[in-house]
Amino acid sequence: MTTSSSNSALRELISFQIGAQEFCVDIMSVREIRGWTPATPLPRTPVFVRGVINLRGAVLPIVDLGSRLGLQMTEPTERHVIIVTRIEEQLVGLLVDAVCDIITVRDDQIQSTPDVASDLVQQFVKGILSMEGRMISLIYLERVLPDREAEAA
Amino acid sequence: MDPLEAIKVTFFQECEEQLSELESGLLAMEQGETDSETVNAVFRAVHSIKGGAGAFSLEPLVRFAHVFETTLDDVRAGKLAPDNNVVKVMLRAADVLADHVRAARDGGVVEEARSQELASALEALNGEAPLAPIASEDFDDMPGLEFTPLTVSDDDGIGDDFGFTPLAAGIIELEPEGPALRRWTVHLRPKNALYAKANETGLLLRELKRLGDIQVSIDPADLPGLAELEPEHAYLSWTIVLTTDRSQSDIQEVFEFVDGDCDLTITADDVPSSLPAMGEASIDEPFDVMALIQQAQADVQAAPAAAIMAEILAPAAPAPVFAASAPSIPVPVAATAAAAGVAPDAAHGAAAQQATIRVDLDRVDRLIDLVGELVINQAMLAQRVTESGVPRSSNIAMGLDDLEHLTREIQDSVMAIRAQPVKSVFQRMPRLVREVAAMTGKQVRLVTEGEGTEVDKTVIERLTDPITHMIRNAIDHGLERPEVRVAAGKGPEGTVRLSAAHRSGRIVIEVSDDGKGIDRPRVRQIAIDKGLIEVDSNLSDEDVDNLIFMPGFSTASSVSDISGRGVGMDVVKRSIQGLGGRIAITSRPGQGSTFTLSLPLTLAVLDGMVVSVCDHTLVAPLTAIIESLQPKAQDVRAIGPDAYVIAIRDTYTPLIDVGAVLGYRTTPLDPTKGVALLVEGEGGARAALMVDAIQGQRQVVIKSLEANYRQVEGIAAATILGDGRVALILDVDNVVAARRREKARSDAKLAAAG
Repeated sequence: MTTSSSNSALRELISFQIGAQEFCVDIMSVREIRGWTPATPLPRTPVFVRGVINLRGAVLPIVDLGSRLGLQMTEPTERHVIIVTRIEEQLVGLLVDAVCDIITVRDDQIQSTPDVASDLVQQFVKGILSMEGRMISLIYLERVLPDREAEAA
Repeated sequence: MDPLEAIKVTFFQECEEQLSELESGLLAMEQGETDSETVNAVFRAVHSIKGGAGAFSLEPLVRFAHVFETTLDDVRAGKLAPDNNVVKVMLRAADVLADHVRAARDGGVVEEARSQELASALEALNGEAPLAPIASEDFDDMPGLEFTPLTVSDDDGIGDDFGFTPLAAGIIELEPEGPALRRWTVHLRPKNALYAKANETGLLLRELKRLGDIQVSIDPADLPGLAELEPEHAYLSWTIVLTTDRSQSDIQEVFEFVDGDCDLTITADDVPSSLPAMGEASIDEPFDVMALIQQAQADVQAAPAAAIMAEILAPAAPAPVFAASAPSIPVPVAATAAAAGVAPDAAHGAAAQQATIRVDLDRVDRLIDLVGELVINQAMLAQRVTESGVPRSSNIAMGLDDLEHLTREIQDSVMAIRAQPVKSVFQRMPRLVREVAAMTGKQVRLVTEGEGTEVDKTVIERLTDPITHMIRNAIDHGLERPEVRVAAGKGPEGTVRLSAAHRSGRIVIEVSDDGKGIDRPRVRQIAIDKGLIEVDSNLSDEDVDNLIFMPGFSTASSVSDISGRGVGMDVVKRSIQGLGGRIAITSRPGQGSTFTLSLPLTLAVLDGMVVSVCDHTLVAPLTAIIESLQPKAQDVRAIGPDAYVIAIRDTYTPLIDVGAVLGYRTTPLDPTKGVALLVEGEGGARAALMVDAIQGQRQVVIKSLEANYRQVEGIAAATILGDGRVALILDVDNVVAARRREKARSDAKLAAAG
């Protein structure tokens, strides 16, 4: 990350599964990974915000990433996983099906997002990379939380 | 932050402490405590501010502090009796000094006229011109030369910043000398080391001047030509003729800290002698550096001599060194020893009073968070153990009990760290009282009680505004003018009493005055005029008193400068309620009124009622709840298409289904199957909140939702319950208002039973 200006800089990503698709985020923004615990729903929030949980005394909002990306709503079980990430000074838990792997890639291995129709894809997928025949989409973390302005309006 | 800035920040923090010290000292003097300890403490406060300000070249502050210090010095020396008038002027001077400090810190400017007026008032108290003109004024007319106040100045700087001076008086008392005036000749020839240790001849001369009349002559004979001049060498020597009733040891003491760093002879000179003709630059106090420099310029015949002279006179060194070396000339050793012995003790005493450390607030907050987690964790553990069926008498259960005690104790101790005495708020009030009293032309005496009462810092910060407002009100509306008071058989001076005390886990603050009390007929008339009450409404005295908390009520016939800044007591009440507190008023005509406000000790925890709504657990702040009841079918009435009211003792109150407002359910709750919480919201509006069931009362730790996610409408904050789940704390005002806002499009239809 420190040498991100260079095209060949190595970066580590954590990949995870939602449904049949594979996604990844930068490992530097991940604080911890924990099992699913029931969340307390928040009133008047978008459907993809599952609520808040107690993370060792802190109140952690949980985003259902599948629902956020326009896939199906997750029916969480004990086997589902919360990836605790730091997004712009704020901790957010991402609800995903399972964590797969830690992968090391060079920046130039990341291909730009193909021009598909879906707005959601354009909004949340920063780029894609190919790994041993799997396609992994790199998530645009900063855009995962609901927009403050849009929320206020 | 660069180091100098950091030191400056510390300096201003210390200034705040010194100012509060100063103010409390002066108030003590006002009460008649004019013992030397109090006076010295006051002097020390001003002195330290001046010393620090000098180091940072804060010109206006130094100048004002100097005048103030000079007056205080006279009080200390017994030349000026600290009667009421003197102390009053000094209190106002302390206000101006505080303004100067703030102006220096925040980059503002103090009103010159006000500062000047006080400075003149102080000088007038002195009964004489200031001892020495301020250095900067000396040099103002000297072109091309820039002096900082701590270099050449003969009257201040960092050199004397150690509060030792007060001791001179003490030692004199120890060694009574004959009052006969004697004449002494003091020859002083500083060595380089004297300047290297940041001592200054000017300061020594000023100290000598305190002992009696002095005539000073300077001997520039050793001054070399400019070419050979070594800038850090000492070339000058002084001869001082001192007429004083003090003993030789007193004179010796002046030079205590330069012992060994100068050649010093003190000789008694019984025969009246004229000035020794040592040099032509014989000058009187005030020590005239200008003349000296001109003299030197003449001698050296070189244009930039002045600048070099400045350097010779004042080698800039960062800190004074107090090396008490052996006396170089025979002097009564006892005196030196006594002085040396007393001085550190006094310094110690001052230091020992403040056995405190500064800790970043973030660290304390972090600690409090951690302890909060510990408490929750402990509760969860205890619950698990109970669930696992371990008998209560087992070692595990007993160990857990001990753990619980310990965690509670840790929590209490940690909260105590953040607890602060209300003194910091109370201290701002004397000034406010003086200002408001001056503006309204009333005579007011402020009495404070219970300053040591401690509350959490979060509460302290939000106490100032309500208290300020209530005191303004008490003076502006409560107290009468002096002539009216006298006519009513009271003393001309009104009393405002501000007190704080702990009562049943809350802090109770009272503001009372001995004024005319609430003019009930007038309050009633105003309320009728403003349409707040019906003309024929039947109100008890208490009800009338409480009218002043109604929004839009202001008793002042004209919006006065002081109380009527568009906010009334309703705003005070609102902000108090926002803190989870309550405010009440009692008043007796002709005898005064008392405002009582009670607040929780901390904003970090909250007494809440835990309720369930559609399988969700919510917490309602207990302070908002007036009562809870189980509605009967015949009490619930439909009003309009989708609104319902509930009859509580013949008053119809809007009924709000919390589950529907928060979007937890679409089918409305059958009111007869739930519980109604009667709450008082913003502006005293009442509403009944429908919930499914009450689980119990509990003290909960408040966790901000805004900081962790964002603000959610209808929810004030979150908390974590014993089972480890997050529960949301209801924002009662918001729920009531939200219901009102969405009335039109609400699809919540209560099943109107009956």
